[in-house]
Amino acid sequence: MTVQDVPFNLNDRPVLNSVFLFRWEEQEQAFLLLYPEGIIKLNDSAGNILKLCDGEKTLAVIIAELKSLFGSDDIEGDIYNFMEVAHGKGWIEAKN
Amino acid sequence: MAKGGSKLRIDGTGKPLWLVLELTYRCPLKCPWCNNPLDFDELKNELTTEEWKTVLRDARKIGSLQLGFSGGEPMLRPDLEELVNEGNQLGYYTNLITSGMGLTKDRLIELKRCGLKQIQLSLQHSDREKNDIMVGVQSYDDKIAAIEEIKAQGFPVVLNVPLSRYNIDAVDDIIDMAARTGVEYIEFANIQYYNWALLNRAALLPTKEQIEYAEARVNAARERLGKKLTIYFVVPDYFDGRPKACMNGWGAIHLTIAPDGSALPCQEAQVLEGVVFPNVRDNDLGWIWHESPAFEMYRGDSWMKKPCVDCDEKEKDFGGCRCQAYLLTGDATNTDPACSKSSHFNIIQSAVAAARINQSPQMPLVMRSRGAINGKMKLIQP
Repeated sequence: MTVQDVPFNLNDRPVLNSVFLFRWEEQEQAFLLLYPEGIIKLNDSAGNILKLCDGEKTLAVIIAELKSLFGSDDIEGDIYNFMEVAHGKGWIEAKN
Repeated sequence: MAKGGSKLRIDGTGKPLWLVLELTYRCPLKCPWCNNPLDFDELKNELTTEEWKTVLRDARKIGSLQLGFSGGEPMLRPDLEELVNEGNQLGYYTNLITSGMGLTKDRLIELKRCGLKQIQLSLQHSDREKNDIMVGVQSYDDKIAAIEEIKAQGFPVVLNVPLSRYNIDAVDDIIDMAARTGVEYIEFANIQYYNWALLNRAALLPTKEQIEYAEARVNAARERLGKKLTIYFVVPDYFDGRPKACMNGWGAIHLTIAPDGSALPCQEAQVLEGVVFPNVRDNDLGWIWHESPAFEMYRGDSWMKKPCVDCDEKEKDFGGCRCQAYLLTGDATNTDPACSKSSHFNIIQSAVAAARINQSPQMPLVMRSRGAINGKMKLIQP
C-alpha cells in the first residue's frame, strides 16, 4: 500500500460515524457494528481497533495502544489496512 | 440489486435479530397501499407503555438487536420517546419509521436525547398537490418541514418513497428534490401487494416498461450524484419471475409485534386465516419465537411442496412469501406465484399484462380509512 491510500494522518483522531452503533454483545461474544437495517459481527482485531476510535485518541496513540495490547510491533500494516476498509465503508471518519 | 427482505449480515443464528413494534394502527394518512390490515379499525387494545417495555426486555433476551418503531403512525403514541429510551438503554439500534406527521422539533430533540439512531420518513411525490392527493391528506408541507428538522437535529435523512403507477414516472423529479434538500438516502420501494395495496392493485400496479424506465433513471442519477445521495431501488417480485426471499424465511430473523401484542413472523402475516398468532400478553416471548406452532408452521423447508422442495434455489428464496401464496392461490404452502416455476405464475403474469392495457381500473381506488370496507369482506380480485 502506498501512503496516499491511507485515509488518516497520525495526528487525526478517527471517530465512529454517528449513524453506527458499536458495542460488545454478550450473546454473540463479539463486538457488533449496528447501522440502519444492518448488523456486522466483527472479529477480535477489528473490534479492538474500532473500540479505540473514540474521536479523542490520535491514530499514533491508537497504534501504540494496539501494539501493546497485542504484544507485537508488526501490526501497523494491518491497522492501516483496516482503517482504509473501515473508512471506505463509511464506518469511521477523521476528526481533526 | 437484492429484492425486498433483509439486509442483515449475520443470519442462521436462530435469533429474531430484527424486531418491529407496530405501536399503533392509527394514522393520520389514508394511503391506499397501506400494509396494515383491512380491518385495522376493529383491532383495538394497544399494548400499554409497560407492556411494550416488557416486550423490549424479553426480545433482547432472545437476541433481538435491530429495533424498528412503526405503525400506523408511531408519533401518535405519546410514550414513543420513553420506549426509544428503553430500547436504547437495552442496547438496540433504534429506527423510527414515520410519515413525519407529528414529528415536531421538540419531539425530535427529545428522541435524539433518548438515543434514536435513524429516521425513515415516507414521501410520495416532489409535487405538493400530487403528494397530498395520493395520501388523501394535506401533508407535504409537514413532511418537508420534518426533513429540515431531522437534518437540524443531526440525523441522516432517509426518505422512503413507495412507488406505484401514480409516482413511478416521477423518480427523476423526486431524486432532484431530494438532492436539493440534502437528503442522504432515498429508498424507492415498489409497492408490495397485500391488504390495501392488493385491494387497489389494478389502480396501483405500474407496467414493466415503467419499472424499467424508473430503474434506468435511478442508475443515471447514481452516476450523476455519486456518494452525495445513496439511492435504493428494490425490484418488485411481480416483474422478473423470481420470488423475494421474504423475511429471510419464516421465523428466521424477523419478529413483528402488532399493536395488540400479537406476535407475527412478518407484518402481513395476519392475512393468513386460520393461523392463531400467539400474543405477548398470554405467552412468554421465548416460547413464542422458539416453539409456538405459528412460528414453527413455515420455518425451514419441511412444509414445502413441489416445485419448492426439489428446487436448488430454496435456500436462497425460501419459496418466496407465504402470505402472497395464500392471498393469490388460497394455500400458503404453495410456491409463491411470483416464481416462474409456480403453477400459479399466470396469476402474476395476468396482473402485469392487465397493467399494460387497463388504463381505467373497474374498481375505484379505496383510500385507507376507518370503515372504508368491511373487514370480513373477501377481497374482490381484479
